[in-house]
Amino acid sequence: MPQEMNKPGTTEITYRDAVREAIRDALRRDDRVFLMGEDVGHYGGCYAVSKGLLAEFGAARIRDTPLSESGFTGAGIGAAMAGMRPIVELMTVNFSLLALDQILNNAATVRHMSGNQFGVPLVIRMATGAGRQVAAQHSHSLEGWYAHIPGIKVLAPGTVEDARGMLWTALQDPDPVLIFENVMLYNMTGRLAADAGPVDIARAAIRRPGRDISLITYGGSLWKTVEAATILAGENIDAEVIDLRCLRPLDDATIMASVAKTRRAVIVDEGWRSGSLSAEIGMRIVEQAFWELDAPIGRVCSAEVPIPYPRHLESAAIPQVPNIVAAAKAVLARA
Amino acid sequence: MTALTDKPHLSREHMLGLLKQMIRIRRFEDKCAELYTQEKIRGFLHLYDGEEAVAVGVIPVLEARDRIVATYREHGHALVRGVPMTAALAEMYGKQQGCSRGRGGSMHLFDRATNFYGGNAIVGGGLPLAIGLALADRMRGDDTVTACFFGDGAVAEGEFHESMNLAALWGLPVLFVCENNLYAMGTALSLSESETDIQRKAACYRIAAEAVDGMDVIAVEAAARRAVHALRESGKPYFLECRTYRLRAHSMFDAQLYRDKAEVETWRHKEPIVRFQGWLEANHMIHPEDLARIEAEVAAEIAEAVAFGEAGTWEPVEQLTRFTYAEAER
Repeated sequence: MPQEMNKPGTTEITYRDAVREAIRDALRRDDRVFLMGEDVGHYGGCYAVSKGLLAEFGAARIRDTPLSESGFTGAGIGAAMAGMRPIVELMTVNFSLLALDQILNNAATVRHMSGNQFGVPLVIRMATGAGRQVAAQHSHSLEGWYAHIPGIKVLAPGTVEDARGMLWTALQDPDPVLIFENVMLYNMTGRLAADAGPVDIARAAIRRPGRDISLITYGGSLWKTVEAATILAGENIDAEVIDLRCLRPLDDATIMASVAKTRRAVIVDEGWRSGSLSAEIGMRIVEQAFWELDAPIGRVCSAEVPIPYPRHLESAAIPQVPNIVAAAKAVLARA
Repeated sequence: MTALTDKPHLSREHMLGLLKQMIRIRRFEDKCAELYTQEKIRGFLHLYDGEEAVAVGVIPVLEARDRIVATYREHGHALVRGVPMTAALAEMYGKQQGCSRGRGGSMHLFDRATNFYGGNAIVGGGLPLAIGLALADRMRGDDTVTACFFGDGAVAEGEFHESMNLAALWGLPVLFVCENNLYAMGTALSLSESETDIQRKAACYRIAAEAVDGMDVIAVEAAARRAVHALRESGKPYFLECRTYRLRAHSMFDAQLYRDKAEVETWRHKEPIVRFQGWLEANHMIHPEDLARIEAEVAAEIAEAVAFGEAGTWEPVEQLTRFTYAEAER
């Protein structure tokens, strides 16, 4: 994975360890914070994110739950309404569907429906994305669905800084925040400043500045897109890479400023194409920056199939570097 | 009536108070039905007619610091808990003076001042919330009780079973109050449950559970006192199945094809207000002037609530999206 050079005052850390550090830091800073979910305690987290935290913080704050996604997600909502700051971990986005009633009908609605009397300062974390050959019930990317829902915020940390820094900011938010961690990022390493801390959760980030085309992406597709930009640079195409970071609300200003500069855009989204977040972003560009465009907008999305098991089919089903390169060149008419 | 002889400390004043609360709910909802036909109240309107003894028996046993989670048939619970009738009715009018700014309507009465966590209109959806409220209290070491009301229909939901298990597993101070009115909308309990003795379902999660005649306000209150006492002592959940009956339709759209008029008539003879009032009369504990006073006070309160609802104002459309998210302090 491409990362910046060793900088002084930084250490190398995996994305997984960065998430764990974020959780540990939040538990130390605020007595109201606790982590709750399936296998977060004794097992250490199904992606080993919470390994060691049970011994450090005890079973009340690192709370193993039964396989009752709706029950414990609703419990997180209730505890948040009563003044706690729970972090609910749902193993994967596919399992989160069992808690969708609580997320949509309670967490997202309570503030508006109660006339602002009750809020739900809850953070829900879950893994998303394909690439581990775990087939069609563990590999989907449904963060775009969640980004459809008013009343919640949706984050997709793509870097170790964001994995480390987004959680605390999300816990300060008075409304429910969903954090999607792409499974292919857990083993990624990056350089993290020794004093790394909270980051904003409102703005997109330019991960690679460029003049010729805007490549708009997030999460697990971020580093594929950065790699594609490097390849494009070898062909004298200077691509700008936007990491959305926050999928709801979208940072329209950063997107439109980039498109106004490059006049071309490709959206890279691991969700299925139809009705996807990429569709939303594309439409916003059409609404807000149509006259800035020099070419039709391109998209690289997942194939419209349940994610299959064999590696070659799984790889073919989701965005990959060659597809991104090809899509960018097509938009630039540089076949 | 049951249990009265077991509760000699119950004063005439207390019993008249219980009667008044039940009459208050009944007359209020009679007015709501009338306002519905006048199209002052729209959407869904679910009436509590016949079930008043449950809310009136349970809720006054709770302390102000305790919490309540209710269903979409929650007008009675809100009134007994102390949500002003004016604010409740303004809510049903959809006016911004309503207890939820008019945004929730009949099914979503919320009131922070009385720890009233709503009117939840997803059957079973309030149970996990109650678990979380109680979990917060447990983690802080507070001896607060969360009372969670739900119907027999909720028992078929996975969230019911998940919540029973979590409450027992984590030892949470939740008073589960199942208002078993024998129908999940139009489906009889016997058509939807393999085990119709609902309190047994809680018992199999090792939760202390009992069934009580939900048409007998004194029996409900006695059971609620036992339950809340046990809860505060142990911190562990308690399950009350209140066996009751809905005398009116499920909602205003219900033609009641699923039950005989004769069945409804049978239950009408057991209905809680007439029954309790008759018992008080037979025992010379209520005088005609008491009843006249109660009816006059209730009528005045309802008249005031209607005037408040009528005088209420609509939230400006410009505020449509306010409070989808928290706003910065103004």
